[in-house]
Amino acid sequence: MSSHMKTRIRKQTRSRTATGAGGDERGRVRTARRSAGGGRAPDRGRGASRRARERYGSRVGRPGFVWAVPATVFFGLFAITPLIMVAALSFTSWSGLGPPRFVGVDNWTRVFADPVMIESVWLSLLVTFLGVAVQTPLSVLLGVWAAGQQRNRAVLSAIYFVPLLLSTTAVSVLWRAVLDPNFGVPSRAAWLFGDGNLFGTQAGAIGVLAFVSTWQFTPFHTLIHQGAARAVPRVLYEAAEIDGAGRVRQFFHITLPQLRNSVITSTILMVVGGLTTFETVLILTQGGPGTDTTITAYYMYQKAFKGFDFGAGAAVALVLVVAATLVSLIVVRVSGYDRMRSDMEGVS
Amino acid sequence: MNRRPNHLAGAGSLVWLLLVGLPLYVMITATLRTRSDYARRGPLALPERITLDNYTGAFSTGFGRYFLNTLTVTVCVVGLVLLLVPPLAYAIVRSRSRFASSAFRLFLLGLAVPAQAVIVPMFYLISEAGLYDNLLGVVLPTAAFCLPVSALVLSGAMRDIGPELYEAMAMDGASPRRMFFQLVLPLSRGGLSTIVVFSALQAWNGFLFPLVLTQSDSTKLITLGLYDFRTEHGIDIPGLLAAVVLSMVPVLLVYLFARRALVQGLMGVGGK
Repeated sequence: MSSHMKTRIRKQTRSRTATGAGGDERGRVRTARRSAGGGRAPDRGRGASRRARERYGSRVGRPGFVWAVPATVFFGLFAITPLIMVAALSFTSWSGLGPPRFVGVDNWTRVFADPVMIESVWLSLLVTFLGVAVQTPLSVLLGVWAAGQQRNRAVLSAIYFVPLLLSTTAVSVLWRAVLDPNFGVPSRAAWLFGDGNLFGTQAGAIGVLAFVSTWQFTPFHTLIHQGAARAVPRVLYEAAEIDGAGRVRQFFHITLPQLRNSVITSTILMVVGGLTTFETVLILTQGGPGTDTTITAYYMYQKAFKGFDFGAGAAVALVLVVAATLVSLIVVRVSGYDRMRSDMEGVS
Repeated sequence: MNRRPNHLAGAGSLVWLLLVGLPLYVMITATLRTRSDYARRGPLALPERITLDNYTGAFSTGFGRYFLNTLTVTVCVVGLVLLLVPPLAYAIVRSRSRFASSAFRLFLLGLAVPAQAVIVPMFYLISEAGLYDNLLGVVLPTAAFCLPVSALVLSGAMRDIGPELYEAMAMDGASPRRMFFQLVLPLSRGGLSTIVVFSALQAWNGFLFPLVLTQSDSTKLITLGLYDFRTEHGIDIPGLLAAVVLSMVPVLLVYLFARRALVQGLMGVGGK
């Protein structure tokens, strides 16, 4: 229901802006939308009457719930059931053979008494934080730059795009080869890399992980910001120009505030991606040296599929689920479905 | 607008170009060099003479079969998504039933569930179903995890169809079924191509499900082939990189011929 109302509101704002001057269209859409949200009561009234009319008028021609059943059943079976089972399995002992055996909170006490697990949580947070701290400024700058109209920028953007075509596996394998301690680039550039083994220390290994995910995902976030930067009304810059604001000031006072939504969206995606980093660790560092880069998702994989301690693995997985759900709640609270959609429309 | 060229930004973008280009350069040149050439003259040198042995070598270690397996999985996943999502999105957008809106909420919730979180019970379920080490056992969960983004994208596309079109068809006495086939499907072609590309990419690049749910060589997928190649022949870097290049060829082809659909499909990936 509410989605229909939203569509309607969007239509109204659109028709309102059509009468306005072309230049400050987006600004007007904003204010119109805000007023539509603020003055909710009359809207709801109109929506209700329309709803009533539709109930009598055009109930025919509407698909029944059966249309949604196959996909929902399939999703329930292969995504929701395992999600519920992960909670159940975390209270059992199971080695992969025979039926799981109930053991109470044993897995939980064991997992949280393991210093490697505690460290893995901190490492996950560190890797996530590094990803956001490095990629956000980089992708905002690149996105704003690529939003310009010059021809060479389009060519360069096409090259920037290539990392997105590679799978995470391929990216990790590629960088592992390029940074190989014996045959890679570092072995040939001792002046920059010292002994050439970047994987030998914790700081080096974490640096490699952060760098490789930056290399892989910055183009994606650049695309998000590029779309948003193109949508910034030019009239704002023209006004700033008249007021004598320089390029730096324009960036901080116009571009950045206008990119607020895309920054929120891309940050949330980075956090979810960072918390679930797995392939990069498996292929680049195997959690090492020692357990120095064993982040939570990798720890879970180790416990379950290398140690055949599936109960403990499930407990760790549940921690991941809770973290992801918290993030998703933030998604809904901070951005809302509507805006995510309009952000996606800005892309391409 | 400020018309002065921004030299600082230009220089910065060139540095980034170098960072993006360097590994790609190493990748392409290395695959055309012999192993001894690569080891002797280092990763940055140009080929002494061009050889295609690395590519034929990759095929002889089984990449042809991995390729076919991956293609099978990709086709099945896309097929399942195309079978399940359009009716779902249609119901989400047009149905008046409470079930459809709760289903939509369920899929929105599913957006945030990472595959890592369910991998342990998935292993249990697939083993119990007798699908362990079977390509179908990879297809089912992969398709399931494509559904939330696909439903979101496609229902977004279907919302853009104006109500007056439905009303006109209702006036002609069209059934929901006829509206679906004659109105909704033709008008949401853009959304359909986005979810095709998105789910194909998910299947082609998927790693975690194949890693955990298959083990033998006959069911190996290409990403897993890369991973095993690295573990077993880690020092044959030109051969390894040739396999990497082969794995990205289909995606590159899509990039060249359907760039817009690919970008939108990729942005769908980000919605995950």
